[in-house]
Amino acid sequence: MNNTGQKYIARKEIIDSVSSDILRPVRQNRSFILWMGFLGIALIACLYAYTIQLREGLIVTGLRDFVSWGMYIANFVFFVATSLIGMLISAVLGLIGYSWIKPIARIAEIIAVAFAAVAGLVIISDMGRPDRFPYLFMYGRIHSPILWDVTVVTTYLVLSLLLYLLPLLPDLAIAKSRLKNVPGWLIKVYEILSFKWVHSNEQYKILFRSIRILLILIIPTAFAIHTVTSWLFAVTHRSGWNSTIFGPYFLTGAFVSGTAAVIIAMFFYRNNFKLKSYITADHFDKMAKLLVLVSVVYFYFNINEFLVPGYKLEKFDAIHLEALFSGHHALLFWSTQLLGLVIPMILLLFRKMRKPLPAAIISVFVIAGAWMKRYIIVIPTQEHPFLPIQHVPGEWFVYKPTLTETAITLASVILVLMIITILSKTFPVVSIWEVAEEKEKVVAKESSNQGYDNNGEKSINN
Amino acid sequence: MEEEKRKSLSGENNEKTSGNPRRDFLKKFGLLGAAAATGGAAIYTGYRYEHSKGKHETVKVLTDDNRLVEIPADQVKDVTSDLKVLQTRGREGIKSRRWVMVIDLSKCRNARQCVNACQSAHQLRPYEYHINTLIMKEDQGTPPYFMPKPCQHCDNPPCVSVCPVDATFKRQDGIVLIDNERCIGCRFCIAACPYSARIFHWEKPKNAEANKDMTYDVELNVPQKKGTITKCLFSADRLREGELPYCVSACPNGVFYFGDENEDAVTNGTTKETVRLSTLLEDNGAYRLMPELGTDPRVYYLPPRNRLFDFPEDQQPGEHKDFIL
Repeated sequence: MNNTGQKYIARKEIIDSVSSDILRPVRQNRSFILWMGFLGIALIACLYAYTIQLREGLIVTGLRDFVSWGMYIANFVFFVATSLIGMLISAVLGLIGYSWIKPIARIAEIIAVAFAAVAGLVIISDMGRPDRFPYLFMYGRIHSPILWDVTVVTTYLVLSLLLYLLPLLPDLAIAKSRLKNVPGWLIKVYEILSFKWVHSNEQYKILFRSIRILLILIIPTAFAIHTVTSWLFAVTHRSGWNSTIFGPYFLTGAFVSGTAAVIIAMFFYRNNFKLKSYITADHFDKMAKLLVLVSVVYFYFNINEFLVPGYKLEKFDAIHLEALFSGHHALLFWSTQLLGLVIPMILLLFRKMRKPLPAAIISVFVIAGAWMKRYIIVIPTQEHPFLPIQHVPGEWFVYKPTLTETAITLASVILVLMIITILSKTFPVVSIWEVAEEKEKVVAKESSNQGYDNNGEKSINN
Repeated sequence: MEEEKRKSLSGENNEKTSGNPRRDFLKKFGLLGAAAATGGAAIYTGYRYEHSKGKHETVKVLTDDNRLVEIPADQVKDVTSDLKVLQTRGREGIKSRRWVMVIDLSKCRNARQCVNACQSAHQLRPYEYHINTLIMKEDQGTPPYFMPKPCQHCDNPPCVSVCPVDATFKRQDGIVLIDNERCIGCRFCIAACPYSARIFHWEKPKNAEANKDMTYDVELNVPQKKGTITKCLFSADRLREGELPYCVSACPNGVFYFGDENEDAVTNGTTKETVRLSTLLEDNGAYRLMPELGTDPRVYYLPPRNRLFDFPEDQQPGEHKDFIL
């Protein structure tokens, strides 16, 4: 426990050294402009595809009356899933009191904000009448899970944004006088967003209290967003969706893809932002262990989801499982399950595989598998309705995404990358004040072997 | 500056105040342009008026018995009720009625007249179905049969539960309708319907251009709209006029009975014979589709027994059948 008289800010020398490292990548250099330009052009090309869809209707997609939810919905589920990691890292691990998460908590929040923000747009791209989006608020019926989804996703986005911004306040105050090579307007932005932060103990107390409240609030919200998203499927009668474990099945799957996303982002920041001494090999080791844990839990739910109906083989469950195990979707199903879940899970059990590079490569497989898994959950079920599909054009039986549809889906991925890029090139990706504080503790411990009160690490929520 | 503006506004001494020749030119040019545009518009309006007055231009009109006729354009008077009236009565339904349909599978020989009548009334393409006749075979070893499949108008409709904007709704007379002025095109109802009864307008619907100015009737769901759902309506527009639904009266084989559960009477669409609903269901061992789902459909089926014809060899039942026109 900290006594109330203690100052919450580390010594100036430590802050100076930490901030000079962490603030170095905060500038609009040539590679940033080139990368954003590339993303921008790609985005415009993909948005052109969306204008085609607006003009012609959803006929430009591979969707038809039987498979009427496709890549857009799969992508939406994936985005909501990946955004959940913000809650797991900051709230669950943070409230437990693990201090190793401090340098990477902001990375997790960036991912949460970016994916949650774009998830809403993805849903709009799937709508037949996007112009009627306001009807959800004008005529919303509380009976529909879609309304629950809209409510909780919005709430989660707001909470995640606050959890990103509040811990940033002291950093902005620290950084505004130390930033070099940045345009004047950015200093102004820092000035305004730091809300007159002067590092007073009073301010820190309020900050800790509000963050703690947010961390507690965000846990049920995050559970709600993915549980409700799973209910979009589970409330129907269809084989493959009609499952009582869909809520936890989706939730655990979400942690898998989110953890993988954070590991990839950590790897990128560590190397490109030269933050090797802040995002350490130890962080990769710990995150990879976390990935193993969530993968094992997800694997357990997978066994439940497929083994139980597979044992009974009721008529329509049998048709569905046949399509997955040995039929039309078999290749996709097995490669997703093996390359995206089982093999990564086993590999990461070995210490060598939890080093930064192998962990990042494995995470790429995991995240690709996570996307394909959403595809497998959404599409095959619809290809086998209870009544036969007859007297319709042959190409309606099986869903095949079109190029237009793929481009529109890519647009959402590009948007996520843009948000992540802008946030991480405009603001420090690692929390300066928290890292400095941790450092000071270490220094204090070294300088006086006794005397420092060390009965518990000071975490963000004290 | 102010002075100059005031002078030029009042129009005095134009030559002098606007010393700038370019501005002067632009001003004159603008005036000329405005005059030309006004004149042109006037001439065009006059021309249009004369044109429409002089010749008897004809327009194509869809009559209420669904014939396309041509009449002089100046004879056309708008008599349709306005949207608000149609929407209000369409959502309420017809009082003290509980519509019910009975489909006798032993009589269906896949004439597909029900499908055609429905598609022409609701202006659908040949592969867009409110009602479809399916070639069924429940299981290996059980005999094949034809099954007309409209919307089941469930009393516990999964589609209505999941609709986020109240675009699809259950009326007091038992009919489940879809309001395509409200539908946002999320297709949750398609996912929720176990009977595959709902279809979506993926592209511009048939006759979209011709119906552009037509008032939308929720009981007919015409004009159909791009990006919205459409489905069987039990021909709510016909019921309001005391007629049998399109499919029911089009059937040549006496497959369909339709009526009011409250009166316990249903009428056969082919023979026009009215029978007691409860007796018909009881005597023939009627059943409903997928009762285990608890959807409580308003469509009853009489089993395909004692068929007076053979099942055609070329129409083998199967999961997936290609496009048959």
